[in-house]
Amino acid sequence: MTEWFHPAITLILGGLLLPLFRGQSLKAMSLILPALVIYQVSQLTPGTYGQLDFAGISLVMFKVDKLALVFGWVFAIMSFIGNLYSLHLEKPGQRVAAFLYMGSAFGVVFAGDWFTLLVSWEVMAFASAYLIFAAQGDPAIRAGFRYLMIHVAGGVLLLGGIVLHGIDSGSYLFGPLQTGPDMSPQGNLAYTLIMVSFMLNAAVPPLNAWLTDAYPEATVTGAVFLSAFTTKTAVYVLIRTYPGAEVLVWFGVMMALYGVVFAVLENDCRRLLGYHIVSQVGYMVAGVGIGTELALNGTASHAFSHILYKGLLFMGAGAVIHMTGRRKLTELGGLYRTMPWTVALYMIGAFAISAFPFFSGFVSKSMVIAAAAGDHSATAALLLTVASSGTFLHTGLKLPYYMFFGKDCGLRPKEPPLNMLLAMGIAAVFCVGIGVFPGYLYDLLPYPVDFEPYTAVHITESLGILMFTLLAFVLFLKYLDPENTISLDTDWLYRRGARLFMWFAHRPVLAWEQMVITLGDGLGLRTVHRLSKESMRADTHMVDAAVNGVARLSLATGGLLRRLQTGIVSHYGLAMVVGLMVMGGFYLLVQGGVL
Amino acid sequence: MMHRLINFFGDEKYLKIRWRLLLLVLALVLLADFLVTRHPTAHFWDAIPGWGAFFGFISCAVIIFVSKFIGKKGGIMKDEDYYD
Repeated sequence: MTEWFHPAITLILGGLLLPLFRGQSLKAMSLILPALVIYQVSQLTPGTYGQLDFAGISLVMFKVDKLALVFGWVFAIMSFIGNLYSLHLEKPGQRVAAFLYMGSAFGVVFAGDWFTLLVSWEVMAFASAYLIFAAQGDPAIRAGFRYLMIHVAGGVLLLGGIVLHGIDSGSYLFGPLQTGPDMSPQGNLAYTLIMVSFMLNAAVPPLNAWLTDAYPEATVTGAVFLSAFTTKTAVYVLIRTYPGAEVLVWFGVMMALYGVVFAVLENDCRRLLGYHIVSQVGYMVAGVGIGTELALNGTASHAFSHILYKGLLFMGAGAVIHMTGRRKLTELGGLYRTMPWTVALYMIGAFAISAFPFFSGFVSKSMVIAAAAGDHSATAALLLTVASSGTFLHTGLKLPYYMFFGKDCGLRPKEPPLNMLLAMGIAAVFCVGIGVFPGYLYDLLPYPVDFEPYTAVHITESLGILMFTLLAFVLFLKYLDPENTISLDTDWLYRRGARLFMWFAHRPVLAWEQMVITLGDGLGLRTVHRLSKESMRADTHMVDAAVNGVARLSLATGGLLRRLQTGIVSHYGLAMVVGLMVMGGFYLLVQGGVL
Repeated sequence: MMHRLINFFGDEKYLKIRWRLLLLVLALVLLADFLVTRHPTAHFWDAIPGWGAFFGFISCAVIIFVSKFIGKKGGIMKDEDYYD
């Protein structure tokens, strides 16, 4: 029975019913539903459910396998943590959006066909946009619209790709895509379109700017959900469709470094964390590109760890924003005095993302790096290690230093509400638990795991990288001071570039249009006017007169005929006789040569 | 307890002890990296003791200076009202 019950149904239907509840019961429901989903996921077994035929296309709405379950588990856990973190919210609006968002993320993870995937994909985009709009204020509304614009464009690419793929292969079942000389051109186009739309949601540069533009503008609680679902569903579908696509290795490595470089320049605490989502998802994208069993296991496990530690980091930064109302590193500092628990919990997330031994990142990220090193690319492995150093530098050192320590900003905020601390606490337990007992996570992975993270060399080498990164941080601290600036990313193209486009539309295009109108008014319109006057005169005097004449004539003839038709047979007989006589006479006259 | 632990990392008066602690940890990490047994692996750096420490330090320095250089000279960093 429970096998049939899709977690998305619980979340979406439950979410839509939430506005019926008020006060304590609303809060209780927002925790009971995710708890129910955790139970549902625990009951799922691999198999295919919910098949139906729609307009001749077979749809599989609910397909469960080991890979889907890895993401199902972490999404369920994160749904609970995120709702606990936002328990203090009184209004249902953001909760409903979050439930729709989480539900549609489950829809993607358990989709067995491309159309179920597409619909879930679109619901995710719109529901998540609400979490940005809900922050209100001009910057958030603008960022929300930019976010929607980009995701709607991505959705159109995906739809185009799916239709072409369907035409080419005749099947809409969701599965690996291939390219090659034996594929038709439309098959190759489908391959590219779908890959671009997935890379857009995974925030692969240059399609990354929607993330770092919008996430910092979202509500404190909304950003926690955002950090978990969109990019990770993209990683999931990439694992499903493009395992071993070489191009992803280099996009992934580039991403990992791109996020690190921009994080150095960033002043907004949540935007900095956003750049580290880009960086961390880089490891996962690279793992998909490598495509070996070790790499795909690494990607799935790193997504699992990442959702929990990144959620924890966003919760920590969110707690600071919630209590101080400030988000710029230049305006924060010295908060450790009154927020020690927030500092400690944030730091657990920071150690996890930095891959310290006995934290979750250590057991998952190292699988990807080992796969890169083992597979073929020493360069990729080395560059990913550089990015690891950068990860600790920013999320583990720069951000906490300027947010909690460093120059005292004079604020003395209290610890955040208990529900926020508890949510962070649960995430922290997972970050440590996975690091200490990696076996539980490894058992969930899609392929059998033959990987031992805790070798002596791996531990000492990792600690060497991390602790000497700390040394460099301490020595070069003054060069890292945040500055009151923003960084230009590819969103420049549609923020400033759009202005260029508008200028082009206003100036050259509008001027040309004006000229055409003036010309038309001056010469064309007047000529046309005169012509029409002439034709009207012709119409009145000639055509109308002729028509009227014909009408008058037929009227007169009709009248005459009416008078002749008396209805008396003898009159008609007489007329016929007279007629015959006239014709006979006429004939005789002609024959006689008279006429 | 948590308050005292976090205070140790924040308060100025522990600065000297923190430095000593850091140097001690760095020395121990480096020493440990020389003591562990190394298995022959695919890449040259796996055989070099202290490689992690060297690579971590260099990476961090490179990231800081290259990023700031790109940000400042590459025209990436702009005033906050750039888009307004």
